[in-house]
Amino acid sequence: MKILVAVKRVIDYNVQIRVKEDGSGVVTDNVKMSTNPPDDNAIEEAVKIKESGKATEIIAVTVGEEKAQETVRKALAVGADRGIHVKVDGIIEPLAVSKILKKIVEKENPDLVFMGKQAIDDDCNQTGQMLAAHLNWPQATFASKIEVNDKSLQVTREVDEGLETIEVNTPAIVTCDLRLNEPRYASLPNIMKAKKKPIEQINASDLGVDTNPRIEHIKIEEPPKRKAGIKVASVEELVQKLKNEAKVI
Amino acid sequence: MSVLLIAEHNNKEVKPFTLNAITAASQIDQNLHVLLIGSKADDVAKSLSEVPLVKKVLHIDHEIYENYIAENYTAAILKHADKYSHIICSANTFGKNLMPRVAALLDISQVSDIIKVISPDTFLRPIYAGNAFATVKSNDEKKCVTIRPTSFEAAETTGGSAEIEKIDAADQNENTKFINREEIKSDRPELGTARIVISGGRGLQSGENFKLITDVADKLNAAIGASRAAVDAGYITNEHQVGQTGKVVVPDLYIAVGISGAIQHLAGMKESKVIVAINKDGEAPIFSVADYGLEADLFEALPQFLEELNKLNTIQK
Repeated sequence: MKILVAVKRVIDYNVQIRVKEDGSGVVTDNVKMSTNPPDDNAIEEAVKIKESGKATEIIAVTVGEEKAQETVRKALAVGADRGIHVKVDGIIEPLAVSKILKKIVEKENPDLVFMGKQAIDDDCNQTGQMLAAHLNWPQATFASKIEVNDKSLQVTREVDEGLETIEVNTPAIVTCDLRLNEPRYASLPNIMKAKKKPIEQINASDLGVDTNPRIEHIKIEEPPKRKAGIKVASVEELVQKLKNEAKVI
Repeated sequence: MSVLLIAEHNNKEVKPFTLNAITAASQIDQNLHVLLIGSKADDVAKSLSEVPLVKKVLHIDHEIYENYIAENYTAAILKHADKYSHIICSANTFGKNLMPRVAALLDISQVSDIIKVISPDTFLRPIYAGNAFATVKSNDEKKCVTIRPTSFEAAETTGGSAEIEKIDAADQNENTKFINREEIKSDRPELGTARIVISGGRGLQSGENFKLITDVADKLNAAIGASRAAVDAGYITNEHQVGQTGKVVVPDLYIAVGISGAIQHLAGMKESKVIVAINKDGEAPIFSVADYGLEADLFEALPQFLEELNKLNTIQK
């Protein structure tokens, strides 16, 4: 069984982002970048499945600018076998990414495609479902547990009401929740070994996919600031404030 | 132009966030039709028809829709989506799972999780965990939009009498099977719509200690939330998680207890009307969004808080 894992390079989750003054976007120069957190869970799950003997190969793929390759390299360091970097500059929407991934799936014929449930930069939560639609494959989104069977998966999904379990026949797409597993750190020897693993570079334009944005970003602005609050000295004062000043209890 | 809203329901009742999505959809265009895909859900059809903002209810009734499967819903939606300018649903786990599948097959770049309708093609949406707001204009001819429910009032549910039209089901997808859903039943208000939410974080130190939170919640008739750290540690189940990858809540009062206030948690609660933070670390980032901050050990403060609440003659419910 072959597993394709899609990863995205985003501003690190610990960075407090800053909005550009001209309203054109957020500051990315000299800002720490990392793999989108739930994509790390997707890689980890694929590696665990391979370690259990149920998968033979893991391919990590990313779509993005030159430096996006770093996320593929990181995936190789924790256990992916080879990488694919689809190069494209500028903003690329989930719809276009899903069309690019479809081309990669057709080329590589994986049995499973894993990726994070949502990217923490644009917060779109679309790519996995869109890829499943293009391929007419089943989708198991927001996965917090995956059981691999012969020709199917049993997936526990985190939904608003609690947990839901579905069974999907393979090939299938799974989008991973942060609670699926605990991503491992790459060891130094594995980081060195990963440098020798191959990463194939493909230009998005060679895949025949239209990557022009359909959505115009008219303005990016800071959200309205909350007015500064106060510290209260005691529980008694807190309750009085809530009762008589805020009038919420 | 007319708008097609996809209803979320359990074949007995409309889920509350659908009512918020109806309000948003009606701001895009008043000619609002609701698509109900279900099995023996006549009661739901009737209640949707009584929502004054709804002009027509399209009802697909078939046993394959007894449980919500995105693949089956998508086929049903595509069968009837032709004449609509917008397809809309709520941006909770229901809509997040469903809408991109629909959008991809219509070759539409979806606009996710909007918090404001600026015009029928331009919307405001939060990005980077709500640390920036983007004004976006969709240039697709048809639009797929999901609505952040807590940013719109729930629609009135009585007084309307829309026509209910029965329409055809689509083919079943054989590759996805529903197995079960573990719904945790609770008498407390729902987290997404509660007037008061009290949340616990890593500071609680154990699942048992959440009793300090539940005691106050009972007194205030509040819903219970949690930080991701508390859910990851197993103190409480996942449906309580508030944050960027959990639920977004906008209650009148949000009480954060033992929560440091990571960016990802703030994303889920910082629009609350009044925020209280109880934390023993005076430097915790949660205090930067709190209207009232109490620097204290929660194990002393929570019992005292309950005691003070007990002294009040009346408490708003």
